[in-house]
This record gives sequence, C-alpha cells and structure tokens, in this order.
Amino acid sequence: MRDYKLALSDEILMQVEKPARYIGNEVNAVNKANDPNVDIRFAMCFPDVYEIGMSHLGIQILYDMFNQWEDVWCERVYSPWVDLDKIMREKNIPLFALESQDPIKDFDFLGITIQYEMCYTNILQVLDLAGIPLRTKSRTWEHPIVVGGGPCVYNPEPIADFFDIFYIGEGETRFRELIDLYKEAKANGDSRESFLRKAAQIPGMYVPGLYEVTYKEDGTIASFEPIFEELPRTIHKEMVTDVSNTYYPMKPVVPFIKVTQDRVVLEIQRGCIRGCRFCQAGQLYRPVRERDVEVLKKYAVEMLKNTGHEEISLSSLSSSDYSQLEELVNFLIDECKATSTNISLPSLRIDAFSLDVMSKVQDVKKSSLTFAPEAGSQRLRNVINKGLTEEVILQGSALAFKGGWSRVKLYFMLGLPTETEEDIRGIAELSNKIASTYFEVVPKEERKGAPVQIVASTSFFIPKPFTPFQWARMNTKEEFIEKAYITRRAVMEQLNQKRIKYNWHEADVSIIEGVLARGDRKLADAIEMIYKKGCIFDSWTEYYKNDVWLESLAECGLDPAFYTTRERSLDEIFPWDFLDCGVTKEFLMREWKKALNEEVSLNCKTQCQGCGANKYGVGICTVDRTAKCEVVTESSNEAEGGN
Amino acid sequence: MRVRIKFSKHGVVKFIGHLDIMRYFQKAIRRAGIDVTYTTGFSPHQVMSFAAPLGVGHYSNGEYLDIEVNSHNGRQDMIDRLNGAMVPGIVIENIVALGDNAGNAMASVAAAGYTLEWKDGYEVPSNLEEVVFEFFGQECIMVTKQTKKSTLELDLKPGIYEIEATADSIYMLVDASSSGNIKPTLLLEAFYSFVGKEFDPLAIQITREETYTDIGKNGKRELVPLDAVGEDF
Ligand code: SF4
Repeated sequence: MRDYKLALSDEILMQVEKPARYIGNEVNAVNKANDPNVDIRFAMCFPDVYEIGMSHLGIQILYDMFNQWEDVWCERVYSPWVDLDKIMREKNIPLFALESQDPIKDFDFLGITIQYEMCYTNILQVLDLAGIPLRTKSRTWEHPIVVGGGPCVYNPEPIADFFDIFYIGEGETRFRELIDLYKEAKANGDSRESFLRKAAQIPGMYVPGLYEVTYKEDGTIASFEPIFEELPRTIHKEMVTDVSNTYYPMKPVVPFIKVTQDRVVLEIQRGCIRGCRFCQAGQLYRPVRERDVEVLKKYAVEMLKNTGHEEISLSSLSSSDYSQLEELVNFLIDECKATSTNISLPSLRIDAFSLDVMSKVQDVKKSSLTFAPEAGSQRLRNVINKGLTEEVILQGSALAFKGGWSRVKLYFMLGLPTETEEDIRGIAELSNKIASTYFEVVPKEERKGAPVQIVASTSFFIPKPFTPFQWARMNTKEEFIEKAYITRRAVMEQLNQKRIKYNWHEADVSIIEGVLARGDRKLADAIEMIYKKGCIFDSWTEYYKNDVWLESLAECGLDPAFYTTRERSLDEIFPWDFLDCGVTKEFLMREWKKALNEEVSLNCKTQCQGCGANKYGVGICTVDRTAKCEVVTESSNEAEGGN
Repeated sequence: MRVRIKFSKHGVVKFIGHLDIMRYFQKAIRRAGIDVTYTTGFSPHQVMSFAAPLGVGHYSNGEYLDIEVNSHNGRQDMIDRLNGAMVPGIVIENIVALGDNAGNAMASVAAAGYTLEWKDGYEVPSNLEEVVFEFFGQECIMVTKQTKKSTLELDLKPGIYEIEATADSIYMLVDASSSGNIKPTLLLEAFYSFVGKEFDPLAIQITREETYTDIGKNGKRELVPLDAVGEDF
C-alpha cells in the first residue's frame, strides 16, 4: 500500500513533531533518482533543525550549483529534532538525505556548513546518526569525505579532528576541482590518504589531519606545520571575483512548513565597507563586491515567479551602502505592488529615503525603527569604530516620530574592550533621550495609539578571530551579569523609564561561545565528551546544559579562562594564524591599537585603510575614492541604522 | 469571479497538515500565474476558503477550496496551469465557477465519504463484513468526546448516512458539517471497543473519497459533491 519511498515508517512520522521536516518532495527540490549521469552523491548539511537550515541562502546557492552539474546529485540533510533523534538511536535508523531518502553513509561527500559555534555538538550528532566515525583518522573509503565550510571555519581548530577537509572561503569557486580530483582518485584506485593529500593542494582546502600543532608550556601554540613538504603553510580564502556573474538559485526549494526565512532572499552584495572592530563578517568577506542592479531585478522577478513566495527581502551586511539601493528598491516597490508581494528591508540606515520607503512597504503603526549603536557612549563607539553618532540617532528618531513611528529597537553590546561604567550608563541615557525626543517632536494632540516605546537589548561581547579584537580579553560571567545589572539600574533611574524596556542575554552560553570561538585543537576531546553525555541543540536555550559543558571541560583538563579572559600578547601565535582571510595581521593589529587610542578608521568607500584585501583586485578596492578634504565632512555625516 | 478547485492528495504529502496545505496553495496559485484577488492593505492575502481540514496521514480524492480571480482564460487553462505548479501527490481534479449565491466551501460542507483500509502488517478484524453490519445495526452508537472544557456523551448514529464493508475495508458516508462533523477515527475507536480490541490509529489508512454539500429542500437530505454546484467556464 505504501507506494512511496521514505526512510521513516508511517508510524514514526505520525509520532514526531512536524513530519514534513523529513519527507523531502518540496517544490523545486531536485530529484535525479533515475538519472544515469549521476556519478557523485553530495549531501549538504546544515546541522540544526530543518526550519533553520532551510532558511540559509548559502546552502541554496551551492545546492543549485551542484545540481547544475550533470554528474552530481546534491541533496539536503538537517539535524533530526530531539524527538526523532531519540527514535533513530533506539531503532538504529541511519541518517538519510531528504531527496532520495538514502543513507548519508553511502554518499561520496558530506558537506557541513558551520554558521555558529554552538552547533558543534550537532555536527557530531549528524556524523554519529549517519554512522560515520567522528574522527577523520578513523574513516575509510567506506565513508563520505566530510567537508566543512561557513564562517566558523575561519577558526576550525576546535573541530579539526572531526573533518577531512575544510573549505576556506566562498563555495562557488573550487568544488568542481575537488570533485574531479575525487573521481580521478577513485578511478585510479588511490587511497583515501593520497586523495586528501592531493586535495590539500587545491587552493582554499585545509586538510587538518595533515598539519601538526605543538604547544608551549603555557598552552599557547609553539608551531603549526604541514607534515608534508608540498603542502601550503598558509591557506588562502577562496573568493568570487564577479558576483554578478556566478551561481544564484533561480529556483530555491520552497518548504511545506513555515521556516524562519519564508521568502525570496536577494543578496545584493557581499562584504561590508564599515570595518566595525567587533564584527567578524565585516573582515572575512572583504572586499565589498556589489551585484549589478539589473541582474538583481531579473533575479527578483524570476525567483518570485518560481517560488510563489509572498515576500522578498534584501540581504547584505549593510544594505544602505549598496550604491544602487534607491533604484533597486523603487523597482521592487512597483513590481511588488503589481503582484501583491511584501517587501522586508532589514539593516537600513534611518534617513529620509529609508523612512519614505518603509512607510510605503509596511504599516508604520505596527513596525519599529532599529538602531544598532552597539555601545552607549561616543567614546566607546569610537573604540569599536561604529560610525553612528548620538546626533544621527536622535535626528533619525525625530524624523521617524514625525512620520508616525513610535517604537524603537536599540541593540548594544556589553563587555567591549575599555568599557567603563559611564559607557554602560550611556545605554540608558541614550534610550532616555530618544524617548524625550518623541515628546519634544510629537505634540500632545498627535500622540495617538500606542505610546512611545524604546526596547534596548544587550548581548555580551565575544571576541572573534580575524577581528581587531582578537587580542581582547573577554569578560567573566560575573562581570557580564554585573554589567547587565548596571544597565538595568541605570534604565530605572531615567526620567522616561516607563517607556524603556530592557532585555539582556544569557551569560552562560556566551562564555562557552567565547571558548569555542578562539579555541584550539585541545577542545576536540571535550566537545566529543559533551556530545556523548547527550548534549545536542546547544543553541536552543531549552537544550543547553551549562553544567555538562563546564564539567566536561574540567574533566579534559581545560580552563575556559585560558580561551576567554586571558590577556593575549601581540606576538602570540593564534590557532587560526595559518589561514589568510584577506586582511593582514598587521592591519588587524593597527586597528587594535587605534581602538585602544579611541581612534576611528574611515570606511572603504571614503578612504582605503590598507587592510590587504586589495590583492584580489576587485570590488571596492578598485573604485576611485573621493578627495581627502571631502572625506572628512562626508564621514561625519554618515551613520547607519540597522545591522 | 469565485471558482471552486477540487484536488486529490496522495503519497508523501499526506504528512503535510492543513495549515501548510493552505500555505502551499497560496504559493502554488502565484507560481501558476493565476490572476487571483487579494485583500488590500499592507499585507495583502488571497481570498481563499478551504472546505474541510483533512487529518495528517489521510489521503483524499475529494478536497476543495474556493478562490476569487479577477480574470482567466477558461477552466482548462486554469487546471493546466495549476497542475503545472503542483508537487507529486497533489492533482487538480476539477475547477468550476461558482454562482453569486453559492456559499463558500467551508460553509457548504455537509458530509464526507471515507474508505478505511488496513495497512500492511496490521491485522484486519475477522469477519469484518458481519461485525461492521452488527456494529452499525445498533440503536445508538455512544462515544465520549473530550472537549477543552468537558467530556461529552455523544450518539454518532444519526450522523452516519451510509456504511459498507468488504472483507478488508470499510466505506462510510458521515456528517462532516461544522456542527456535527464525525471524525472517522472517532467512529473507529467505538468500533474497536465494540469488537473488544484496542484501537491503533496507525493500523488504518484513511482516504477521504469525496466531500458533499446538501442541496435538499424541506429538511430532505440530498448530497452532491461540492463541485456539482458550480459551472464550466
Ligand atoms: S584594501 Fe582598502 S578598500 Fe580594499 S577592503 Fe581593505 S580597506 Fe577596504
């Protein structure tokens, strides 16, 4: 009677939450089951639940790229949710891919995108459920080649033992070479080791098993060396040079169930000109490369038609910096009006243009303004190089309040380098000033509907590799909590305190994220132990078990403070120093020193800061810049709302 | 113009729940390029009415939804366009134009016919034909229904319009109106307790064969499929 192929029985599917997570068959899913040309089976994994994984643009791009190749069938796999995880273990059901429902273990490649540190135990869950040995050294040709990618591979060391290869950089460029090498190795009957050794010579490929680390007595790194002479000592990131002329999924998969990103996503540019010193993405994806506006218009129309989505959103680190934004947005407004499509516009600088656009695409009364000053005082904003001034925020708010908005969201960080109590109190004071601005600019008789509301949220600052703050000391949990209390007290002292709502994040998980972010290979045993004690879905508050993390780190003889609060000297060899993400260590160090001196750096558009990324010879680095004298006035007017 | 779409649902899509099927159709209608009517305002949505929600795990040969269109190129064109936008397992079976007086799909539902078949590996109660005959021959069929506030004692008998059985399947035509809807599983539960066995909902594959509306007059029931009240266009 069952005339379809599913890895899970009806009984199991009827028993688990949201069975649609596991049945595939979505609109635009690629099925090459009976295609004789398929030679390579590639499983693409986002190690989190379906709704999160399906919302990720990067996977959709690569899925589309792989499936354009005749000899490759790329399928998707996500972390089974905790209910199914339990059943699969009890009944020994191997993890399967959504399209074919075949076991992952029989695939040629398992690609895992690693977007945040707290998914590391889920990587082990995926490997384990698939029946793939957790460590690279225990794998044979019986097992897929496990490839990691995504932002976390810019410090892959804590999870180095679990991967055969890390692909450093943007996925569009080197997979073809890797797959051809694999086919050749298989045809020649080469060993897996010999394949990996050759793979390590393809640009961007880091084969962690072929590198050795030695440590000094204090636990820091003494040396990091390849074990074969022909292997590169530095692995350079891969990058798409022409973003208007590359792979983009015209027919993204449309999930049956509601996922986080239930819309067409238009990536308008890669990279960011701003250079905020805490931001890793801002350094990793340099230089900024814009997509041609005509190409984007075509994509938008085509993708809306192919998916039937009712909404489109723009994606980039700082959309306001896209030079053709006005043209693109006006086009979308017309197009979307004709097709009853919603537009969502994240990370826009608040100014007359964006307010005008926003009032056209959303209900002003229901929406809110977003500012991300990140720090409470101008002094600290200079330290972090966040070019958003109080004046700009207040002007933007005033403009918005006059336009009918009455809700403002503010994002800050606590625990930034050099932070003082005064900076922290600045968070409350700024929130108060925004509320006052409302009462100043909106006359009493016009204050209809919901009264003004300011929501200030703080997260805890976690220093990340390849940022000027990679040398920074992270705060302890106690310091974080104390700072959150100071913020709360300061908010309560404000005149408009009733109009301000303050939210702060958990501190526990930030500490662990801090450990993993700047961690080294010594952490692998602890991560495995934590997984084996039953931890998965650590990024989900309800499943995060802080005590298991702390106790396991201790059992492995590791002190979180070594990774978080320790002061790092300028000449320390970092675990990620063998990678080249485009910006030089000298540049980062220069920026770190400038930060401590409270000096700002101008953005790439106004003045090149010589970060090193101009070696790619593309994007913003090749653009003529305005004359020096104009630079100063221009930059003082610049500010951005979102992001 | 309002149109009524009839579709069937088989295969893996049986695991897609009612709300997700609604979302699926909203997107499918857009993909198909149907000139559908939207509400006005900041988040416009399609004017859409589904007949009766189908349980997760059930198949169907007779699902219905109404939409409103501004323009069209005829019935067959609309069927073809929509079928071009479907996933395997969902097939557009028919589309009819509704008159101004026709009620919407949801309000029109009066009854539904279901086939119940035992899945591979599950035991069919012995002498099914006879036992079913006996069970439905009862004066009344009492069940307890758990609602949010209380437990209700309910007689299902008046809502059962037709019943047939073979050696390994049952067909039943039952009330599916909003006031008296009988879920086939509720009836099966009563049946199993009648034969003194534990009911396992996973044992049986339920297929909704058709959804009916009542066009009878003066309290006389006259059931016709939901698309019988519309016309070709
Ligand atoms: S080289 Fe200059 S322009 Fe290019 S990314 Fe670096 S700072 Fe920006």
